[in-house]
Amino acid sequence: MVDLNSYLVIGALLFSLGLFGVITRRNGVAVLMGVELILNAANINFIAFARFGGMDFSGHVFALFVIVMAAAEAAVALAIILNIFNNLGTINIDEADQLKQ
Amino acid sequence: MVNYGIAILLLPLLAFVAQIFVGKRLPRNGDWVSVGAVALTLCLSLAMFGVMLVKYDPEFSVDQTWTWFDLGSLKVQIGILIDNVTVVMLLVVSLVSTLVHVYSTAYMEGDLRYSRYFAFLSLFTFSMNGIILANSLLGIYIFWELVGLSSYLLIGHWFEKDSASDAAKKAFLVNRVGDIGMFIGIMLFFTATGSFLFRDVFAGVESGLLSTETLTIAGLCLFAGAIGKSAQFPLHVWLPDAMEGPTPVSALIHAATMVAAGVYLTFRLFPIFTPAALTVIAYIGGFTAIFAAIIAVTQNDIKKVLAYSTVSQLGYMILAMGVGAYTYGLFHLVTHAAFKAGLFLCSGSVIHAMHHAYHELHDHESDPQDMRNMGGMKSKMKTTYLTMLICTVALAGVPFTSGFLSKDAILAGTLSFTMHHPEHFLLALFGFGAAFLTAFYMFRLVFMTFYGEPVRREVYDNIHESPSAMTAPLVTLATLSFFLFFTLPYFNPFSDHGWFTVLIEAQDSVVPGHLNPPANEIAGEMHHAHMPAMFLSILIAFSGIGLAVLMYLQKRISADDMAVKLALPYKLSFNKFFVDETYQRYLINPSLILARMIAFVDWELYDKYIVNGFGKVSVWFSRIVGIRWDYDILDQKIVDGIGRSISFFGSGLRLVQTGKVQNYLVWVLAGVIMIYVWQTI
Repeated sequence: MVDLNSYLVIGALLFSLGLFGVITRRNGVAVLMGVELILNAANINFIAFARFGGMDFSGHVFALFVIVMAAAEAAVALAIILNIFNNLGTINIDEADQLKQ
Repeated sequence: MVNYGIAILLLPLLAFVAQIFVGKRLPRNGDWVSVGAVALTLCLSLAMFGVMLVKYDPEFSVDQTWTWFDLGSLKVQIGILIDNVTVVMLLVVSLVSTLVHVYSTAYMEGDLRYSRYFAFLSLFTFSMNGIILANSLLGIYIFWELVGLSSYLLIGHWFEKDSASDAAKKAFLVNRVGDIGMFIGIMLFFTATGSFLFRDVFAGVESGLLSTETLTIAGLCLFAGAIGKSAQFPLHVWLPDAMEGPTPVSALIHAATMVAAGVYLTFRLFPIFTPAALTVIAYIGGFTAIFAAIIAVTQNDIKKVLAYSTVSQLGYMILAMGVGAYTYGLFHLVTHAAFKAGLFLCSGSVIHAMHHAYHELHDHESDPQDMRNMGGMKSKMKTTYLTMLICTVALAGVPFTSGFLSKDAILAGTLSFTMHHPEHFLLALFGFGAAFLTAFYMFRLVFMTFYGEPVRREVYDNIHESPSAMTAPLVTLATLSFFLFFTLPYFNPFSDHGWFTVLIEAQDSVVPGHLNPPANEIAGEMHHAHMPAMFLSILIAFSGIGLAVLMYLQKRISADDMAVKLALPYKLSFNKFFVDETYQRYLINPSLILARMIAFVDWELYDKYIVNGFGKVSVWFSRIVGIRWDYDILDQKIVDGIGRSISFFGSGLRLVQTGKVQNYLVWVLAGVIMIYVWQTI
């Protein structure tokens, strides 16, 4: 009963939630959390395709890579947010609009 | 030898460059640079002369050629030719030039443009040496123009005087007439033989590349250059006017060297002249000789007398070329260079003294060159008087002088030519007539200047002998007027046989078809005519002197009475046969009228209607184009329109640029969705 489509639907839901979080949240840490959701949505798809779609171990390996990369990304992103806080006194990313200039 | 030649050529050029750039900043205005340079060339020339005498080889000749440029089919070569003629000429030029340089240090003292004067004097020496050393027609032509230029610059040295700058222009323009002919002649030979080098041209002529008629015309074209430079009739008019230059310049350029360049050119090219061309040359020379002598008889300006005398003597040299006695023409050139330069420098000394005397008396009106203002100067200026007398005797052709030897040889050549061609009897008449007049006017000059009573006592009292820098060259040149320097190793004062006649041999004509008699035949015939010519010329010289003694020393025959009795010849002679006036009336004025007419057409018609019309049309057209099209349409609509539309779009698009990352992400998302939709449809 549990087939590929179920996994893909869950992955898609998870992706959409993550994207929604990234776009709408004002808190920088919350945005990061959205990014994590997107990455995990991708992971679910990889595993699902490894199990049902014939991707075999490549899917597992990719998932592991994504987890490692997510960890690294979280470290770097948190460092950026810390710097934004040091410079602006807030982690509200609407305040960080210097790119406009 | 070639290295010596190059050094002789370049030393005066270096002096010129030094003088013209830093001359004024050097001590003594740098005259020692020029004097030193030409003195060095004199040393080198003397060395070459010594080598020539040691070798004693008539065939000696060094020819060094370099390729100037090579354009495939056109290859132009220049180079240096050194033979006995070159060596003798180099010695003459460097000697006279050195003496004139030394003389000028005193004569030009305190002149406003002292260093400039010496610069140009050196430039002239360089150019003249170039003419002598050149081994091609092109090389001669280049230096030919350079001597013309330096002559122009030196005649116009005192260019504040209108007469001097006019004379300079006249000399330059009259020479140009001859030079055009010369250029055409050079090109005729170049087209026919493909080379400018003498040896190639001669070889080409010998192998018959030019027909006899072409050869005659080409030769006469080249000779036209000599007519201009050597002041032969009808282009003689510039030389008397050239006396406006400083007297040392007259001595160097307009008596001894540059005017002899034409004779030298004719000498070098003698083998290629056809009999017809030679006849023309002989008549031009002979006529000039007597024509100028007649004018010289009545002139009162001391330098003018000498100038016409120079023209006359150059005529002699050309006459010698024409009758085939052409080595004697060169011989006369060499002897004449010494005593005529001496005469000019003596006259310079006299003028210098007169000028200073007038200056002391604050008299700026009287002419220091007019012989009627002189007289009795013999006791005041002993050195000048003696040297001038010696040079005069040499010019008159009295035995024991160098002038006797050369003039006698020319007269012998003319006599033998006339005996073989009785129809040309006029040539002999010209020659002997000019000899008589030469003796007469030269002694007239000496008597009017140095003998008799001084015209103004106070002027006479202020006359002083010139400084030794001026008298030393006079003594040198007067010494060289004795026969001995030209007859060594022989001592016969009545025969021209000496090193010169041995070392400078006449060459056979290269004109094909044996139209000209060979050189040894001419020499043989001349030998027969030598004795009668000698007796005649001595007789004539002494009768000329005698007449001068009667008229101007003893005053037994009144010159004024003669002038009244011979009113017409006197008037013709005094007014120089109205040649200048004739040119003015029939050549210059018509040219001016023509020029004015052309100027009228140019200014009034062409400029006013066509050029200005074009201008007006352009203004009108540009107004339409500029205002209507460019400004109104192009600038306002298109250029500004593009700008405005960009600013409009920009202000709209600026709203998108929020700086908020999440907004950008929304746009990315929208883009992805659009691509997705696009793909699906």
